[in-house]
Amino acid sequence: MPATTPKTQTPRSAFWKGVKDGGPFVLVVGPFALLFGVLATEAGLNVFETLAFSIAVIAGAAQFTALQLLVEDTPTVIVLASALAVNLRMAMYSASLTPYLGAAPLWQRAMAAYFTLDQSYACSIMQFEAKPQMTVPARMAYFFGTVAPVAPAWYVFTFVGAAIGTRVPESWALDFALPITFLALLAPMLRTPAHLIAAFVSIVVSLLAAGVPYSLGLLIAGVIAMMAGAQAEVIIERRKAGS
Amino acid sequence: MIETYKLWIVIIGLGVGSYLLRFAFIGFVGNRPIPDWMRRHLRYTAVAILPALVAPQVAWPAATGGDLDLPRLAAATATLAVGLVTRNVFAAIFAGAGTLYLLLFMLA
Repeated sequence: MPATTPKTQTPRSAFWKGVKDGGPFVLVVGPFALLFGVLATEAGLNVFETLAFSIAVIAGAAQFTALQLLVEDTPTVIVLASALAVNLRMAMYSASLTPYLGAAPLWQRAMAAYFTLDQSYACSIMQFEAKPQMTVPARMAYFFGTVAPVAPAWYVFTFVGAAIGTRVPESWALDFALPITFLALLAPMLRTPAHLIAAFVSIVVSLLAAGVPYSLGLLIAGVIAMMAGAQAEVIIERRKAGS
Repeated sequence: MIETYKLWIVIIGLGVGSYLLRFAFIGFVGNRPIPDWMRRHLRYTAVAILPALVAPQVAWPAATGGDLDLPRLAAATATLAVGLVTRNVFAAIFAGAGTLYLLLFMLA
């Protein structure tokens, strides 16, 4: 980021800065939306249902999770609980944006909540931390700028994927597209030893608990791994402070 | 086959639930601080859930009737390894898909 002299940004220029920063994410979001469209169609959803899914939920990992569990004929409650667990990070994003956007009018915050995505969060938090002098309206404008390219791309490419979906042949082994996607999303998140411990515990417990009925093994593994990660963080911090 | 009513319960339930998670703090909590222990647990949700979702599918893939399958195991390992080294989601996907197709083709 170039170190320009700090001058008060107008909401308009903040919006366009957001569009510029969010734009490249279209290259990431597009293929995922396309894949969701294709896999949803393979699972038997029609174009309308697939598009409704992407508009209502607008969160890739949670949509893929729900889709997979639906295909495995998991009870509805477990599908919802598991997919929402994947989306718990959205609550963290919401929490972390609150000090910057909490003073905006309620209707703006209500709209911002719907558009809280991995990409809009990542751009915004970097921008807000780097430019503490931004006004609240300028911050809101920046936030909506980042979603202006990303959210439409999510809808449009879901639609395209759904439209071409049934024409993808079986030999493409798309059954394994989801595991590969999830692992690819996961690997860059393993930033600290505590993250690695959480992931490792998650693998071990999910394999041990695979026989638990109603696909509850996923949630059991998730909760235990989350606690393991948090606990590991506490122990590591304490060691750092002690030594 | 997914039943239509069940699908719509999931679409609407997940849509409303995800919205409430996103609205939780920015909407309801306002400027009150979040307890440290909660922030600490939320930090690990994604890395706690995603491996649990994948591990059983790698160990017992549905496509092979639940038998451990070399191309799928190798593809999963390649995805994770390239992802860890490059920190790039797409490099990891290409490595995984490439390994899967190469081995499926060679073993066919």
